[in-house]
Amino acid sequence: MLDSLSALFAPDGPLGLLALSPPGWGGNLLLGLWHSMQIAVGAYALGLSIGIVGAYGKLYGNEVVRDIFSLYTTVVRAVPELILILILYYAGTDMINQVLLGAGFDRWAPSRLLIGTVVLGVVMGAYMTEVLRGAILAVPQGQIEAARAYGMSPLLLARRITFPQMMMNAIGGMANLWLNATKDTALLAVIGLNELTLTTKQAAGTTKAFMLFFIAAMVIYMIVSVVSGRVFAAIERWARKGQPKLGGGGV
Amino acid sequence: MIALIRPMLKPHRMIMLAIGVALVLYCALSLRWDWVPHYWNDGLIQRGIWTTVWILAVTWGVGLVMAVGLGFAQAAGPWWLSYPAFGFCSVIRGTPLLLQLWMLYYGLGSLFPHYPWIRQSAAWTYLREAWPYAVVSLTISFAGYEGEVLRGAFLGVPKGQLESARAFGMSRWTLFHRIWLPQALYRALPTLGGETVLQLKATPLIATITVVDIYQVSSRVRQDTYLTYEPLLMLAVTYMAITGLIVLAFRWAERRIPSKVA
Repeated sequence: MLDSLSALFAPDGPLGLLALSPPGWGGNLLLGLWHSMQIAVGAYALGLSIGIVGAYGKLYGNEVVRDIFSLYTTVVRAVPELILILILYYAGTDMINQVLLGAGFDRWAPSRLLIGTVVLGVVMGAYMTEVLRGAILAVPQGQIEAARAYGMSPLLLARRITFPQMMMNAIGGMANLWLNATKDTALLAVIGLNELTLTTKQAAGTTKAFMLFFIAAMVIYMIVSVVSGRVFAAIERWARKGQPKLGGGGV
Repeated sequence: MIALIRPMLKPHRMIMLAIGVALVLYCALSLRWDWVPHYWNDGLIQRGIWTTVWILAVTWGVGLVMAVGLGFAQAAGPWWLSYPAFGFCSVIRGTPLLLQLWMLYYGLGSLFPHYPWIRQSAAWTYLREAWPYAVVSLTISFAGYEGEVLRGAFLGVPKGQLESARAFGMSRWTLFHRIWLPQALYRALPTLGGETVLQLKATPLIATITVVDIYQVSSRVRQDTYLTYEPLLMLAVTYMAITGLIVLAFRWAERRIPSKVA
């Protein structure tokens, strides 16, 4: 079993180009996957933080806060991610640098990884705001009123009453957003970040084995999708415990 | 008109509006826009917008027809149709569109020249160009996502509707195109509107395989003029305008639905 596997990935074997060490490109592909996952996790975490603030701001904030957050979610969701990435990539660093230079500091050249993470996080945040807002709205009003009547502080209320009950409504949308986050990392290939898709293209272009590498990358992305689908299904089972079953697919 | 103005009369909204107007004025006056007439007279801007729009329209139409098949196969088909349809939708939804696009263009595109009979066929004139790969890739992507949406919509049509249609003696085809499909489409319409906007936002990816859409035009302007913001701003405004049109079109379509589906 192991022998045939190592023969498959030997330098002159049928999948030798995918071997982990050079001349195989398998190591580079995995490094690309590592970068993709770093960005996806970072962007998702940032998006979740923005989403929580945004959802609470849109629901309980005053008029000014509400308007600002609606402007943010509307604009971000109407402009293609690719263009937002370019605008924020160029304009964002440029603006920060102008402020820095104006204040007498040195130029700041952040890594592409950091910029990619922040930009995708800002995009994720807009969608996450809407998902969480809908989920909080679905919590029965009486639950929140009862908690207030008990004299719970807003933080305790959020932690004990709102959060557990909104999770079961939010988890479906959050799972979709996570899958989007992993797939949207591919867009960062356009600003030259060597994540999985760009690495695949480089490997394919160098070796001329186009189909081999693209199919390999497809398989890697599919594994990520299927595994995360399973994980989120488990989380959803946990979040919905004691609730009637929902039908539905998922990857 | 008054209904439009009144909500804007609150102080913070007037401040936001003033900031917005100031931003627009700043962009219009202090940024450089002298390249616009040049590229407009070239016809490049119009060509870019036209390419984006027709590719969106064609891939939307063909993709939706495919999606009806994929969704119906999954909702009501025998296992030898529903499993492949499910697998297709999962692969399309589980991998990035950019990768699918590059796989077709660079991957398949590099295989075709090896076969002399393909090079001698009439299709070769098209296979050498980039846009067929863009159209095919965006079409199957839309079909994959919408197949999943329509699967749920087909399953959501109340059983009583189908049973009474059968009781009326409708043939299977009549039942499908008079009862099942229309009601599934009505249910899916709000989702379809959102998905159409997502499809529009996916179109700039085809610029990475050298199709000259509006995004590619703006990149060319950026390379020619060394301007960073102006072409990107033009691009953002163009996409927001098309998004607005799509939203209006779907709002109109939703109002035309004859009966409310509970």
